[in-house]
Amino acid sequence: MTSFLILLFFFLSFPLFANEESHEEKPELNVRELILDHVSDGYGWHVTGFGHKPVSIPLPIIVKGRESGWHVFSSARFHHGHAEYKGFYIAQDGTYKGKIVEKIASQARNDRDFNEADYEVVRPWDFSITKNAASLLLSSIVLVCLILYCANWYKKRQGKPEAASPKGFIAFVEMIIMNVVNDVIKPCIGKNYKRYTPYLLTVFFFIIFNNLLGLIPVFPGGANVTGNIAITSVLALFTFVIVNSFGTKEYWKEIFWPDVPAWLKVPIPIMPAIELVGVFTKPFALMIRLFANILAGHAIVLGLTCMVFLTVSLGAAMNTGMSLLAVIMAIFIDCVELLVAYIQAYVFTMLSAVFIGLSQVEAHHTKKEQTI
Amino acid sequence: MSLLTPDPGLLFWMLIAFGAVFFVLAKFGFPIIVKMVEERKAYIDQSLEAAKEANEHLKGIREEGEQILSEVRDERAQILKEANEIRTKIVNSAKEQAHVEAGKIMDDALKNIEKEKALAVHDIRNQVAALAIDIAEKILRKNLENKSAQQELVDRLIAESQLN
Repeated sequence: MTSFLILLFFFLSFPLFANEESHEEKPELNVRELILDHVSDGYGWHVTGFGHKPVSIPLPIIVKGRESGWHVFSSARFHHGHAEYKGFYIAQDGTYKGKIVEKIASQARNDRDFNEADYEVVRPWDFSITKNAASLLLSSIVLVCLILYCANWYKKRQGKPEAASPKGFIAFVEMIIMNVVNDVIKPCIGKNYKRYTPYLLTVFFFIIFNNLLGLIPVFPGGANVTGNIAITSVLALFTFVIVNSFGTKEYWKEIFWPDVPAWLKVPIPIMPAIELVGVFTKPFALMIRLFANILAGHAIVLGLTCMVFLTVSLGAAMNTGMSLLAVIMAIFIDCVELLVAYIQAYVFTMLSAVFIGLSQVEAHHTKKEQTI
Repeated sequence: MSLLTPDPGLLFWMLIAFGAVFFVLAKFGFPIIVKMVEERKAYIDQSLEAAKEANEHLKGIREEGEQILSEVRDERAQILKEANEIRTKIVNSAKEQAHVEAGKIMDDALKNIEKEKALAVHDIRNQVAALAIDIAEKILRKNLENKSAQQELVDRLIAESQLN
């Protein structure tokens, strides 16, 4: 409940901020903008707002300008997107809306479009530690520390299996690890499961940790890390690489020369084409599933929270009622999101394991021999 | 549509961060934990097996003990029975012996008595004979006080001896 109040406070700062810009006008809450702003990345980490002043943690900006080379500076230089620094600024609209762009004086362009301004806007190489990147690095460090702490506990008791029954937090982590190993990895992969256990466990813990961190509305959490397509695409890429680089001969044979009537393979390779597409759609589905689920969860919670502010114009009684409803609904959705955080991590791990298991197929005749 | 286009900067950081997390955890984290848990599981299984075996062993020992105990009980009963028999035998034989002994003693006593009686009778006879001789002497002395009677007697005796 307290976290929710903080969340309310967090959003309260926005209409006020908007008010600052359009002094006399009635503050208009653009829900779409607000939600998109919160679920997408940012160059500063907004914490809260005091009165008309937003409080955010400045993050390092690392950009390589087309001509000016590398620049490293604090995002505070932009003054929340209002200022320009060394030719870089945050685009307020256009294709690169919300991203850093660079103004470059362009003679060549100037010659042709003489009525345009004498600069062109380009997107520089942008390796800034954005809100998501910062949250990602932070959670990675915490996750590594937590797991190494547990591993260290076991390491101290190596060779003494009678002493290695942990209590409390380590026992909890062990329970999760062994649950994933025994219920997901072992049945999905089969006999070679040991080789892939570290990767799948890393994926599981990485996703669930970032999912849960994203549900915390206050500072160290709140970033939409696993709801960002860059994050999920890298995870899917890892699964893709592992599935295909450890695939057996039979796996590749089933892709390029499957057991189907010959006319499906020559002269037009229909089945191989379908199979090949399947190779790419599997990780693609992984990427989209995680991204969409987490993004949707964040969007729903934000939308429900916005209801409190949208109903202000309907009068005090209506506003109170709707606010109460919105709060109850948001709490409910938050609980559902806790479940989703676990389920999505579980599903990603399970499907990765299934895909790895499928790439470990053995030739049919050896299978028959085994059954005989 | 910016939500659907991965940002290269974030991609770069994610690759580095996830790669590092993966490397560290796959090398120093999960394998140790999983290995230890499996070792512990094996240890527990082994211990259970050992406990089961020990239990069976104990059961065997208990059965053996009971068997020994029952054997001992039987033996004791047998020994007691035998002892009883021996006692009865001893008592009986003692009784018999006592009987025999008593008979012998009685016999001896009877013989002694018989002997003593014979001796006594003999003694009495002697005494009676002596007494009779004494009396006869006295009678004779009295009868033979006159000469005629003496002659008569001598004559008669001689006659008698001649006749014989």
